[in-house]
Amino acid sequence: MSVNKLGKFAVIGLSAAVIAGCSTTATDTDTSTTAEDATSTEQADTTASSDASFGAGEESAPTSVIVEDTASTEEVVDKMASLAGVATVFYFDFDKSIVRPESREALAKHAQYLVANPEARVTLEGHADERGTREYNMALGERRAKAVSRYLTIQGVAASQIESVSFGEEVPVAFSHDDNAWQLNRRVEVRYEK
Amino acid sequence: MLKKWLYITFMSLLFTASAKAQLVIEITSGADQLLPIAVVPFGYDGLGALPEDVAQIIEDDLKRSGLFQAIPRGNMLSMPSKEADVFYRDWRLLKSDYVVIGTVKKLTNGQYRIGFELLNVLSQKPVEKHASIDVSPTNFRDAAHYISDKVYELLTGSRGAFSTRILYVTAEGDRSAPTFKLQVADADGHRPQVIVESKEPILSPSWSQDGRNIAYVMFRNRRPNIFIQELATGKRQKIAQFRGLNGAPAWSPDGKKLALVLSKDNNPEVYTLDIATQKLERMTNHYAIDTEPSWEPDGKGIIFTSDRGGSPQIYRLDVRSKRVERVTFEGVSNTRARMTPDGRYIVTIQKNDGNYHVALQDMKTGRVQTLTETYLDESPSIAPNGSMVIYATTYEGKGILAVVSVDGLVKYRLPSADGDVREPSWSPYFK
Repeated sequence: MSVNKLGKFAVIGLSAAVIAGCSTTATDTDTSTTAEDATSTEQADTTASSDASFGAGEESAPTSVIVEDTASTEEVVDKMASLAGVATVFYFDFDKSIVRPESREALAKHAQYLVANPEARVTLEGHADERGTREYNMALGERRAKAVSRYLTIQGVAASQIESVSFGEEVPVAFSHDDNAWQLNRRVEVRYEK
Repeated sequence: MLKKWLYITFMSLLFTASAKAQLVIEITSGADQLLPIAVVPFGYDGLGALPEDVAQIIEDDLKRSGLFQAIPRGNMLSMPSKEADVFYRDWRLLKSDYVVIGTVKKLTNGQYRIGFELLNVLSQKPVEKHASIDVSPTNFRDAAHYISDKVYELLTGSRGAFSTRILYVTAEGDRSAPTFKLQVADADGHRPQVIVESKEPILSPSWSQDGRNIAYVMFRNRRPNIFIQELATGKRQKIAQFRGLNGAPAWSPDGKKLALVLSKDNNPEVYTLDIATQKLERMTNHYAIDTEPSWEPDGKGIIFTSDRGGSPQIYRLDVRSKRVERVTFEGVSNTRARMTPDGRYIVTIQKNDGNYHVALQDMKTGRVQTLTETYLDESPSIAPNGSMVIYATTYEGKGILAVVSVDGLVKYRLPSADGDVREPSWSPYFK
């Protein structure tokens, strides 16, 4: 991680901490409603950001789906050129967390990129369809993210470059209640820290 | 027992006047034999309109329990507000077994005194002596629910749960970028209040046993955190933000601990957290998914979901010995169990033939009964008197809340005016 990037971390981390601090310590006696989105709304406009306490990159709009990478600087664009057109969303069977054969080629390219760029960090976001209970689906989404993580580490990616996160069934990309929508929602999204 | 003059100061918590109901109740089925009761509009000798129609709220409460049938106001031959004015034969004619009458009186301090009496038409006598409550204008609904609780208890022998509340989560606005709101409302859906609002997901709200604190999962910066929050003050504390899952918080019956799910040691395991000392103790140890913990009422056991046997099923963990035994055997899967306050039954979400329904299992006999026929049911939560289960389901393409009685006979829906509703959690009794 470059010094320059550390600086960005510190500044944004600090402002996020200030905002977070305000909302968590506020004890309004009239109402306990706490506006929660101040931080994320602000961060939505910045292309790179991170909450210091989490130490991993994030993009704020929690529901956006990355289909193609949106690089923020030219440097990143150059580095990530090898990933142009490579899929970043990988799908799973119902109640399963096995990486499908058709996902392997694209995942291998992600692995190559991560091995070639040991400073690069990736978040694997696991998701489930709406069937079943919510916390079980949180666990299932994590299991999927970890299956992808294992696939990457087997190919030489350092575990420290990867973070697995689950959104369970909370952030669907398709909203009807049928097989087609469910298939689109059972996925792992690969997100590079910018 | 009711004393002749009973004064109650209602905790006003954070709840203010708004009587608007976000969730509207639609009763879909009731018990076979309904007890006929007449709730006569309460007498008021003052000027102007009262903030709420107390008799109407009581009538709605009793009907919603699925055990009562109300005599329509239009059929009433008289509308007495004290026992001396009651002609019992009129009510016998209307086939009403019981009559609730009452009065509202404005006091000099700005409060109102609400008096009520429950009369038995057959014996032509009050079931209980006249009682009254003094309330401020903003607490009329509390007074009405209190009276409903008393009437329910006197006539059924079990405690009413009309004065309780529900927590739930709504997702409003654009479905691909919704606003999540954790809300609390009366058990009848009235007086909703937003507790927390976020552009990131909120789930798994749960009550502390005294009803003063809640715990929930909220994502921040795309990662799940567990918070506990005092309802009256809004004071909030982040208690878990480990790497990986931070989920399914459940308060212990003594209020000292939370059961929760963390995957910081690789895969989802059930832990307990001592809230005062912050001491974390790992309770399960298995490479499978262990999640959705819930305490038994006596605090000795934790029931949880695990797929260690191949499919998700309910297991019981002995808190002291950490020994685990399987509890559910029927159905393709059983998840997210909750136990009734008497420890006799658990409700689960049971999967059969691709459908997810609320099922009730007798812990003594092992007998299992499916309670619902709705679509994609989840998140069952039991009323503190053990009579009803609130759960989330999908109806006409939308997430709604629905309620079913433990015997499966009484059913109603609580659809939301806007957005999807999910993750209901029924409060304990408020002290």
